Amino acid sequence: MHYILEILPSLVSGAGMTLKIFIWTLIGSLPLGLVVGLGLISNIKPLQWLLHFYVWLMRGTPLLLQLIFVFYGLPLIGIVFPRYYAALFAFILNYAAYFAEIFRGGLQSIDNGQYESARVLRLSYGQTIRKIVIPQVIKIVLPSVGNEVINLVKDSSLVYVIGLGDLLRAGNVATARDVTLVPLVLVGVIYLLLTAVTTFVLGRIEKHYSYWK
Amino acid sequence: MLELKNITKRFGNKTIIDQLNLKVKDGEVLSIVGPSGAGKTTLLRCITGLEKVNAGEFFIDGQPFDPYTNRTNESVIGVVFQNFELFPNLTVMQNITLAPTMVLKQSADEAQKQAMALLTRLNLADHADQYPYELSGGQKQRVAIARALAMKPNVLCYDEPTSALDPNLRQEVEKLIMGLKADGMTQIVVTHDLTFAENIADEMFHVEPNKA
Repeated sequence: MHYILEILPSLVSGAGMTLKIFIWTLIGSLPLGLVVGLGLISNIKPLQWLLHFYVWLMRGTPLLLQLIFVFYGLPLIGIVFPRYYAALFAFILNYAAYFAEIFRGGLQSIDNGQYESARVLRLSYGQTIRKIVIPQVIKIVLPSVGNEVINLVKDSSLVYVIGLGDLLRAGNVATARDVTLVPLVLVGVIYLLLTAVTTFVLGRIEKHYSYWK
Repeated sequence: MLELKNITKRFGNKTIIDQLNLKVKDGEVLSIVGPSGAGKTTLLRCITGLEKVNAGEFFIDGQPFDPYTNRTNESVIGVVFQNFELFPNLTVMQNITLAPTMVLKQSADEAQKQAMALLTRLNLADHADQYPYELSGGQKQRVAIARALAMKPNVLCYDEPTSALDPNLRQEVEKLIMGLKADGMTQIVVTHDLTFAENIADEMFHVEPNKA
């Protein structure tokens, strides 16, 4: 017990880093994913090709490689990111690609009749998307987005490869130093707590959107 | 008066509507009838601006207009879709006030007052705060009508207004259309139900499948 209290502060501060990456990645990648998703179903062919290429690249290579590429690779051609921003940059671009595909599916499931009925009411494309399409898409994609959000909690542990002090790294350091399993078990428990809270919040959001069918 | 002159519509090299002429006088009900596949709905989609015609002209009160590109707030054609196409994420009230506030720039107050008057007129006053999934088919249709009327259309069009409803609701729809006619609304009704068409129509227009 005494040992746990001793290492807890470092684990908590590591969890803080994990949370920071988690939250900023969501704030960046959800809107970006929505915009890319709209682009994926647009009629502008070159834009479509470009975005399909982007999604293919991001989903087709390991996130770990992308992190290493941004932090260790890009400086070789003169683009230097501080550790933390390198991590956010890679995570946002990666997660936006996944969200874009989820949003694309949601957008395509909206019946064409909804667009037509908005059109004969003379709503503009922007108004139609904002007031009619997006609220319906959000409800449809919530379960899939939730899946990715839970993944993100755990994927954030990859940042330890570029030397950021996140939760996993804090546990790893303590285990190596004190030769005991306790820190790793604690790390697991903290991740479980984080995903439990995330699951709960996602459930509440889904419930919030259940006022219509 | 709505007038169509030499309207032609093709899909690929298949001509659906060939050199069609048609007039609807103010305050009258025109029924467009014909077997399925004859192009009734296509014709309605051209009139409502959902399809671009290949040739021909439209006139409203003698003024030429193109329903496909028309974006002004006059010469409005209202539409009641076969499946109503209410917005499921909005309440009945919001379904009706959305376009008047966003497009006609009515104040929320003004739009709600007008919507409430329409709902009362259509016996829906108690349903203003419900969502579309809570309504019956007939109620959804009346909401769709109220939503279209809120944009103060010159002409109101219906695509198969009886097909998504119970057969015994047909008379209700007839009454509804006759009631709006009494208010002076010009209406175009596409239907394959001849009896229904005859009951409501001042004029009938028969669409035949294009043999060419």
